[in-house]
Amino acid sequence: MFFCSVRLTIYILVLLAATSIIGTVVPQAGPPQQYVNLYGQGVYNLIQVLGIDDMYHAWWFLLLLLLLCINITVCSVERLSLVWRTIFPKEIHFNVDRFLKSKNKQTVISEFRPDHVADTCEAWLSKQAGPVIRQKRQDTVLLYAEKGRWTRLGVFVVHASVLLLLAGALIGSVFGFKASVRIDEGNQTGRVFESKTRVPIDLDFIIRCNEFEVKFYDTGAPEEFRSSLTIIENGQESFTTDIRVNHPLRYKGINIFQSSYGTATPNAAVMAIVDNLTGEETIQTVRIGETVVLPDDQGSFLLQGFLPHFEFRGQNLGETFFGQVNLAGEDGFQIGLPVKFPTFDKMRKGRFSFVVKEFERRYYTGLQVTKDPGVWYVYAGFTLMILGCWVTFFMAHHSFLLTVSPRDDGSSQVLFSGKTSRGGVNLKLARMTAHLETHLKKG
Amino acid sequence: MNSSFALSATTFLYGLAMVCYIGSFAFKMKNLAKAGFFVLSAGFVLNTAGLGLRWVESYQLGYGRAPLSNMYESLVFFSWTMALLYIFVELKYRERGIGVFVSPLIFLAIAYASFDPSISAKINPLIPALKSNWLIAHVVTCFLGYAGFAVAFGLSLIYFVKPRQPGKDSVFARLPAWEVIDELTYQMVMFGFLFLTIGIITGAVWANSAWGKYWSWDPKETWSLITWFVYAIFMHLRLMRGWHGRNLALVSIIGFMSVLFTYFGVNFLLSGLHSYG
Ligand code: HEM
Repeated sequence: MFFCSVRLTIYILVLLAATSIIGTVVPQAGPPQQYVNLYGQGVYNLIQVLGIDDMYHAWWFLLLLLLLCINITVCSVERLSLVWRTIFPKEIHFNVDRFLKSKNKQTVISEFRPDHVADTCEAWLSKQAGPVIRQKRQDTVLLYAEKGRWTRLGVFVVHASVLLLLAGALIGSVFGFKASVRIDEGNQTGRVFESKTRVPIDLDFIIRCNEFEVKFYDTGAPEEFRSSLTIIENGQESFTTDIRVNHPLRYKGINIFQSSYGTATPNAAVMAIVDNLTGEETIQTVRIGETVVLPDDQGSFLLQGFLPHFEFRGQNLGETFFGQVNLAGEDGFQIGLPVKFPTFDKMRKGRFSFVVKEFERRYYTGLQVTKDPGVWYVYAGFTLMILGCWVTFFMAHHSFLLTVSPRDDGSSQVLFSGKTSRGGVNLKLARMTAHLETHLKKG
Repeated sequence: MNSSFALSATTFLYGLAMVCYIGSFAFKMKNLAKAGFFVLSAGFVLNTAGLGLRWVESYQLGYGRAPLSNMYESLVFFSWTMALLYIFVELKYRERGIGVFVSPLIFLAIAYASFDPSISAKINPLIPALKSNWLIAHVVTCFLGYAGFAVAFGLSLIYFVKPRQPGKDSVFARLPAWEVIDELTYQMVMFGFLFLTIGIITGAVWANSAWGKYWSWDPKETWSLITWFVYAIFMHLRLMRGWHGRNLALVSIIGFMSVLFTYFGVNFLLSGLHSYG
């Protein structure tokens, strides 16, 4: 059957490994222009057709994953139906000749009588491996015991875990979302925006950012970002909590992560307005959106807004306020007031120049808001995969056969042989034989 | 003693161990390999001490973090995991010949950390994203996995050096038999695969707790998955007839190349979330 061959598995895995490389070399989810610049229009068309700009979600990549799943399912079902009887037998059988012919066996001679030795061996074996089946063949006593039959299931657990993991990923991508939102200190919102499409999503509750704080090391590298958040439901404050990087808030299936921060638009600025004709300077607090009358009734000034970064002739001037100046009898014009460069507006050489003296800095916190109902399936898959690999790699179905037969002088010969489901040599056998030998000496 | 002295001494001892192993092989001097094992073990003790001291020193600097957070520390730790695994393998299987191929890897990792001027040995504080207990679990398991693959790689090389039936007096006679290499390579790949699996998983759980996404196809993540695929291919090929010996060893070598690319190549050639291997 086509879908149940390890050969197909290998082809699929080779294809998955090889094609995965593409997405690490070609930038993912970039703007079209980037691809055209990098590779030219022709190649970009190909990139679009094959979805290589988002290749891990491209149809052909998902098809490969689907093929892998079918391969695993068909193969596991078929093999499990074959080995089910071996794993859960109604009655345990063992093939004596298979053991006796095996190269993997050791002999021990004991001076004691066979029936006595057989009893000792039985007790020993049941301690080593579990319940012993005792049979007699002519004057030879057969003792059989085994352990770890269930470990044959390990490899099925590994394969099932791959399915569970991919199922969880599918559930997450269908029913979950990844969104982000910026909240200024003191503000609140219940609406977040899907990260790729920017489609708004309304939450069942409202998030208020009380405060954002960033701490730095002496070296200047950031040490900690912290937001104090209050959750508001049905108009009432539910609770207040801090989130930090690596310490998100999880509430009602929604996860809220600290992801970025920045300077928010402040409420007001303390401004100096200088009349360059008289040299007179007035200092006053101006709220954003407020219009103030200029001295001498010469016109008005409107403080329009604020930008955390202001590009001016290719230079970043940093935090900058913006305003509109309307002089009597002239058209209004806009001016920029970079906080770090107080003389900036003076260089305009107007009648009035404006300086931002100080302002109360407010941060906004950048939150990542996600919902992933599939994550528990993925985590279950993770757990099963680790357990399954552990069982498959380090455990096995061991079976042991001891035969005790009389020798001519009344002493006994013990033959000890073992098998494991993992193939290879049973390295334990020699060690166990030595243990048995000392045990038999005691009588 | 401080960590930097301990780690310099470690580098020296690992280098000496390598010389012993190779000398023992080239000149058929059995005792030299024994000396190699002794020197390597001494190096391992110092390596452990060096890592421990670095941890203590980070507390003295007020940062208090595990010594697993930059390229320098990861290379030193990689040497440590390889040495640990190799010592275990030599004690368990008594095949000294493997040391000829593994001790150079142990030496190279720590020597690269010490001698490449672009790799800084400075103890820097952690940025917020790296402050998590998952960091330790993730790095330790990944590097145990890499160590398994490194030893498997060393073993696989033997196939291409040693003829199947070397003459009695040949220098190759003392290297392990092909059947033994086959079994041991497989053991090491299983060990590596289990720990790489745990490493990828702890990384995913960590990413989920830091960024809300357990998988984001970051180049490093993707390359570790590619590595994982290569070794899954290795294990499935082994089930097919005709895939033993050199053919399979080649897959193990490709797998280790993929490990190296995940570790170094991604940092130098591609961009992403990880600050180092
Ligand atoms: C990403 C996908 C897969 C992973 C991670 C995986 C993993 C494993 C592992 C760890 C083993 C144990 C290897 C050993 O004992 O040496 C194994 C064995 C096996 N796998 Fe897979 N596997 C995958 C896909 C598949 C698929 C699609 C098939 C379908 C044909 C398959 C068929 C087998 C078979 C037949 C065995 C041998 C079982 C035995 O020894 O009793 N595997 N696999």
